[in-house]
Amino acid sequence: MTVSSDIPEAESWFHRNQQRIAPWLFLAPGILFFAVYVIAPVFQSFNLSLYEWDGLGEKTYVGMRNYEDLYWEYVDRDAFFTSLKNNVMWLFLYLLAIPAGLFIALFLNQTVRGIRLYKSLFFFPFVISQVVVGLVFTWFYDPSFGLLNTMLGWVGMGPINVLGNEHLVTYGIVAAGLWPQTAYCMILYLTGLNAVDPEQIEAGRLDGAKGWSMLWNIILPQLRPATFIAFVVTIIGALRSFDLISIMTQGGPFGSSRVLAYYMFEVALSEYGFRMGYGAAIAVVLFLIMLCFIAYFLWSMYREEKGH
Amino acid sequence: MFPKPIEKQSQAAQVAYKSMLPVALLFWLAPLLAVALFSVKPDADFTSGNYWGLPSSFEGPANYGQVFFNSDMPRYLLNSFMITVPTVIGAVALSAMTGFALGIYKFRANLWIFFMFVAGNFVPFQILMVPVRDLTLELGLYNTKTGLVLFHVAFQTGFCTLFMRNFIRALPFELIEAARVEGVSEWRIFWYVVLPLMKPALAALSVLIFTFIWNDYFWAVVLTQGIESQPVTAGITSFNAQFRAAYHLMSAGSIVAALPPVAMFFLMQKHFIAGLTLGAVK
Repeated sequence: MTVSSDIPEAESWFHRNQQRIAPWLFLAPGILFFAVYVIAPVFQSFNLSLYEWDGLGEKTYVGMRNYEDLYWEYVDRDAFFTSLKNNVMWLFLYLLAIPAGLFIALFLNQTVRGIRLYKSLFFFPFVISQVVVGLVFTWFYDPSFGLLNTMLGWVGMGPINVLGNEHLVTYGIVAAGLWPQTAYCMILYLTGLNAVDPEQIEAGRLDGAKGWSMLWNIILPQLRPATFIAFVVTIIGALRSFDLISIMTQGGPFGSSRVLAYYMFEVALSEYGFRMGYGAAIAVVLFLIMLCFIAYFLWSMYREEKGH
Repeated sequence: MFPKPIEKQSQAAQVAYKSMLPVALLFWLAPLLAVALFSVKPDADFTSGNYWGLPSSFEGPANYGQVFFNSDMPRYLLNSFMITVPTVIGAVALSAMTGFALGIYKFRANLWIFFMFVAGNFVPFQILMVPVRDLTLELGLYNTKTGLVLFHVAFQTGFCTLFMRNFIRALPFELIEAARVEGVSEWRIFWYVVLPLMKPALAALSVLIFTFIWNDYFWAVVLTQGIESQPVTAGITSFNAQFRAAYHLMSAGSIVAALPPVAMFFLMQKHFIAGLTLGAVK
């Protein structure tokens, strides 16, 4: 420590304050990227939703008119409400992935030969891109040769054109989405089940708990962290649904399978022309819906952090 | 263990369980197996209406050969790799640093910055779409792989920071304090003390991000449009347009497009699942 007097003033200042400066230096590149590409665009979109803009020329300030247009809608009278309604359907139906995933996890939570391979293969659909899942299910539903109608034919039913029927199409697409999502929830629960305390199970058995009461009173409370994550990823996934709709139906037939995420894309970048401001208004609505959930998730995390 | 271990149940239950497993799996993967079957059939089977019977001849090599040597698929695959690999490196590098900063240091803004990353990770893509597309156009990076990589790196940093920070929190803090007492600089603590301990997290994140980015479709459509830069998820639609109604080729194409993340998953299964289920146990 005798050499410290030789260190120039600036360096020793850095040295003394190292622990206060260091975190900001480590954070700088990450924050810069994130601010430019994620945080700022959110605010820009809010701003843009007050303008009319074709993406090239001048922007015209129109106040809240884009939002009023959501209500009046001149492209396709019900487009916005159909999308909103479908988003709600997605949200609720997608949650089925959680009990379904739990069911498969319980089914697979055994130690027989080859069970590890079975677990991996059941998880398989999650690894495949949604584009391929969409293609696979489009063929699965195909009215002339699809596996679904072939199987229905065996029991003397069908054929039904799932993706061509306004009333069935959203169910059909959600079912395709549930396939990988269930696999995801399954793997969360399998990991959770691994960590379930065997002593509590034994204690439960002594108290006469089995089957449903065991699952409900002893196992599920211990799976809470897994359930929380399953909820988060499933809700986010449901509101992000875009790929499957784009691949399987492009919002059709007659716009009946649109969701906000897809409708926004259509309005801003696709056949209905480049109405960026109007698209931004749709995105803002979707964002506000998501924000309710984000706030709840962050609140849960905050309580957890303070609890430690 | 729950449910009750099968080996403690009757012989009949054990046999029933073991025979149910493959049947259940067959149903679960039926849509995929159907595509795999399609991909080895000859064209003639489709025109003659033999969709679900055995292939009249095994045309696997011919069909996959078509995909690899007679279509744009290899180019799209290459693009996908050239987008995915730099993104993985960039996002993991940035978030190792942000995770370190948020996991080790105590300062007032810490939790708020952390929450900013977490919240940003959850926003719908559509609210970013127009400004990000605009920014990419202004930078002259529209329809380039670089433009896509820059955005992906930024966005994935949110999720990766969440992951890294929680991982670093769980490391023994005494190690860092001991190093500080020794007078080791903060940068060297990061590089020589913490980074080696983070290897499992780095591996887990790499495979996860690889899969996420490989499978991305939305941003590929928004930020690229031609064969020079489109990844395979977006390219497959033009591939399918080229081979319209040639189901054997479209099936083979889909399988090829899906394969790299699948291979990644089976090779790095332990890391993959560790990454995906982070926080599923307390």
